[in-house]
Amino acid sequence: MSGDPTLERIAQGEGLALCAAGNWTARFAPALERIVSDAEKLRGSRPHIFIDVSQVASLDTFGAWLIERLRRSLSDASAEAEIAGLSANYSSLVDEVRRVGPAPKAASESLLISGMLEQIGRTVAGIGGTVIGLVDMLGAVLAAAAKVLIHPRSFRFTSTVHHLEQVCLRAVPIVVLITFLIGCIISQQGIFHFRRFGADIFVVDMLGVLVLREIGVLLVAIMVAGRSGSAYTAELGSMKMREEIDALRTMGFDPIEVLILPRMLALVLALPILAFLGAMAALYGGGLVAWLYGGVDPEAFLLRLRDAISIDHFIVGMVKAPVMAAVIGIVACVEGLAVQGSAESLGQHTTASVVKGIFFVIVMDGVFAIFFASIGM
Amino acid sequence: MAEQEDAIIRVRDVTVQFGSTRVLDGLDLDVKRGEILGFVGPSGAGKSVLTRTIIGLVPKVSGRIEVFGVDLDAANSSQRRAVERRWGILFQQGALFSSLTVRQNIQFPAREYLRVSQRLLDEIMVAKLVMVGLKPEVADRYPSELSGGMIKRVALARALALDPELVFLDEPTSGLDPIGAGDFDELVRTLQRTLGLTVFMVTHDLDSLYTACDRIAVLGNGKIIAAGSIADMKASQHPWLQQYFNGKRARAVVA
Repeated sequence: MSGDPTLERIAQGEGLALCAAGNWTARFAPALERIVSDAEKLRGSRPHIFIDVSQVASLDTFGAWLIERLRRSLSDASAEAEIAGLSANYSSLVDEVRRVGPAPKAASESLLISGMLEQIGRTVAGIGGTVIGLVDMLGAVLAAAAKVLIHPRSFRFTSTVHHLEQVCLRAVPIVVLITFLIGCIISQQGIFHFRRFGADIFVVDMLGVLVLREIGVLLVAIMVAGRSGSAYTAELGSMKMREEIDALRTMGFDPIEVLILPRMLALVLALPILAFLGAMAALYGGGLVAWLYGGVDPEAFLLRLRDAISIDHFIVGMVKAPVMAAVIGIVACVEGLAVQGSAESLGQHTTASVVKGIFFVIVMDGVFAIFFASIGM
Repeated sequence: MAEQEDAIIRVRDVTVQFGSTRVLDGLDLDVKRGEILGFVGPSGAGKSVLTRTIIGLVPKVSGRIEVFGVDLDAANSSQRRAVERRWGILFQQGALFSSLTVRQNIQFPAREYLRVSQRLLDEIMVAKLVMVGLKPEVADRYPSELSGGMIKRVALARALALDPELVFLDEPTSGLDPIGAGDFDELVRTLQRTLGLTVFMVTHDLDSLYTACDRIAVLGNGKIIAAGSIADMKASQHPWLQQYFNGKRARAVVA
C-alpha cells in the first residue's frame, strides 16, 4: 500500500516548515515514531518552526499524538510551534490528544538483591499468617459442625453425598491402580535384594508393615491433596471471584456451613475408605509379584502376612487417614477463600493448596510416627 | 479503500443453530461505513449470537459474512489477522485480562502488533484513557479494583487500542447508572466523530437508541424484522416494535 508517512523539511526564510504527508496511522506507527524522534532534534535550530499537516491522507490517535508530541518538543519558552493546515475532520482529534498529559510512571521493580530480601521477609511473615489462617478455619469448621449437631436439620446431606461421590467414588480407580503398582514395585525390589541373603520370605513382613502403616495412607493422602484439594480450592476460589460467596452471606447463610462443612465431611469420610482400598490393592499387587516373580505362593504369603503384622499396624494407618483428610481440606478451603480477583491469583492459590496440603500431610505423618513410637504401637 | 457508500459488514442468509434450536434463520444485515447501528431485540433473540457469529466466535450452519469486503470463511489466516486488526470489540462483561493492569490491558494489542517504544505505548495509553474519560492515575490498577463503569471504559479503551475502523459494543451501557450511560453514549458519539468509527452496538437502552444511533435494526424470530431510523421504528406496525418504542418506558424517554 502506498502512502507511507513522510515529514519533509522546507526552509522558509528564517523559519522551517515540517510538511507531513501520507498515512499517519497505527499501521505505520514504528516508522512514524522514527520520523518524529528525528524531527524532535530540530528544536531551537530555527526561530520559527511550524508543522504543516494539510497533505496528511489519514490520521488516527497514533498520528495525532505524534504530531502533538512533536509540537510540544519543538516549542520552547520563546516560541510556540504551531500546527497548520488542519482539516476540520481531524481538528477534534488533535484537540482530544492536546488534553493528554504525561504518562504516569509504572511502579518500578525493586532492585535484585533488596527485592530478593524483601521476598524472603514476606515469605517468612507469610508462614505465620498461614498457620493462623489454618487454625482460624479449623475453629470455624468445628463451630459450624457444633451448630449442625444442635440443629441437625440445617445439615446439607445432598451436598455432602455429592462431594463424597466426587472425592471418593470417582477417585477409586486411579487410587487402586496406583497403589497396586506401588505394591508390585515394593515387592519386586524387596525380593530382588532380600534374595541375596536367602531371606525372600521377609518381603511379606516388609510389604505388610510398610503398606499398612505408612505407604498406603500417605500415598493416598498425597493423591487426594492433588486431586480433590486442588478442586476445592478452584471451586471456592472462582465462587469468591464471582462474588457468589458474598451473595450467600447476604442471604443469611454461613459459607462455612453451606460450602465448606459438606466438603470437609466428605473428605474426612473418603480418605479412610480410599486408604483402606489402597492398602488392599497394594497388598494384592505385592502378593501377585511375590508369587509370580519370587515364587512365594499365595497360601504361604497369607500365612506369613498373618504372623508378620498385627491389627496395630492397620489401626495406626487408619487413624492417620481422617486427620490427614482434615488437614488437606482445611488448607484447600483457606486457599480457596484467599483468592483475589484475578485468574493469576486463582492459579497461585490452587498451586499453594496442593503444595501446602502435601507438606502438611508429610509433617503430620512424622508427628504420628513419633507419637506411635512413644506409646509403643 | 474505494468503497465509500457500501457496507462495512455484509451478512447474507446466515443461519446459526445450537442443537435443534435455530437461533438465526436466514438473516441479512448491512452495516454502512461511518454509521452507528443500534441492534435491538427481545432478550434471548440472538443479538449476542449474531455479534459473535460476525466476529467468528460462533460457527454458522450456512450463509456468508463479509467484513471490510473480506469473506471471513474464505480468508486465509493473514487476511483474517488483517481484518482483526481493523476491528475492536467491547464484550458485555468487559473481558479485561484480570492478571494485567489497566496499562497492560490497553497496551496489549499494540505491543503484539506494532514495534514501537515503551514511551509511545505509554503515551498512547494515556491518550486512550483520556478519550474514554478516565484519569491516567487508574493505569496501574487491576481490573478487580475498578468499578463497573470504569471496567466498561477501560474495555472500550482496549477495543480502541489499535485505532480500529469498526467497533462492536455488546450492551455497553448495561449496568451503568443513567448519567454514566448518557456519558457513555456521548463518548461513543464523540469517538465516532473524531475517529470516523463505524459502530455496531447491541443494546437494550432506549436512551442510547435515541441519542447515539444513526440507524436501528431489530432482531426477531431469527431474522431482521425492521431496520431504519427511530421514526421508522415508531411508525412500524409490528407488535413488538409498537410495544418497545411506544410503550410506557419509551414515552418516558421522549418526554
